[in-house]
Amino acid sequence: MARLNVNPTRMVLTSLKNRLRVAVKGHKMLKDKRDELMKQFLELARENKALREQVEALIGDVYSNFVIASAVMSSEVLEEALMYPKQGVTIEVGRKNVMSVDVPVFDFKTTTDDTANIYPYGFANTSAELDNAIENLSNIFPELLKLAAVEKEVQLLAAEIEKTRRRVNALEYVMIPQLEETIKYIQMKLDENERGNQTRLMKVKDMMVKEAIEEKQQFTKDAFDYYVNK
Amino acid sequence: MYKIGVIGDKQSVQGFKAVGLNVFDCNKAEEAKRTLHKIADDNYAIIYVTESLYDEIKEFIYEYNEERLPAIIPIPGMQGSLGIGIGNIKKAVEKAVGADILFGND
Repeated sequence: MARLNVNPTRMVLTSLKNRLRVAVKGHKMLKDKRDELMKQFLELARENKALREQVEALIGDVYSNFVIASAVMSSEVLEEALMYPKQGVTIEVGRKNVMSVDVPVFDFKTTTDDTANIYPYGFANTSAELDNAIENLSNIFPELLKLAAVEKEVQLLAAEIEKTRRRVNALEYVMIPQLEETIKYIQMKLDENERGNQTRLMKVKDMMVKEAIEEKQQFTKDAFDYYVNK
Repeated sequence: MYKIGVIGDKQSVQGFKAVGLNVFDCNKAEEAKRTLHKIADDNYAIIYVTESLYDEIKEFIYEYNEERLPAIIPIPGMQGSLGIGIGNIKKAVEKAVGADILFGND
């Protein structure tokens, strides 16, 4: 792992140590976030799968009702019957916070409350199969809505998990080793400097002591000569 | 106040009109793409798309995947389920977990 390109000084060392501390803390928190997201996501994905299977089966039934209806009635009459809807649906979108992911919550309102009164046509020209089909469809509508909400949540959570996982990995395998390596490098460099300094001092001291001794010897020798020649 | 839209071939989606959804019948991918683009910016919170069309314009739909709204949801068309909806869940699991652990046994 390549180390960062910095000057090996004490100040850089301190700031790097701070960065490492933050990175480690952030890594731990992101990892927790990822785990919790994953837990919720898996539950949700299971629910989503079950719900989708259920809705698909129900819609299949509705379609078969429609097929029967269109077999009994001519397509023009069918189309005419469905041309002007009586029932209207609007939805309110709330928000829900799942581990800081902003997830929409759907709440629907129908304009006609009476479920017996949703048929947008007179009963004279249409067949009972069409009534069935529409009734079934309006019955599964809440499920359909729930499916939409759950599926959207799954998509959003999946995206968030992917993002979080990338961040965790980047911290774990790039950022933190890099910082650690750089810190080690600076520490070794500083230690080396320290040792160099120590040796230099010892050397200087040796030289000074040697000089002093020589001076002293010289002095003694001079004194000796002086008395001998006197 | 948001609306719900349905995009699909006429046969499949005509019934949804009766229960109060806004129906757009499209037969071609190009048409569906245009419609989707138009209504996605227009206060639609949920847009149901029949699977056969969904499959044809999925690249386009994935752009909305990470947006909060609208939720674009595949529903089976007249021809029955094509497994695209389930496939989407599977893909989401793979994206999140890195491996398919929910559907592994299917």
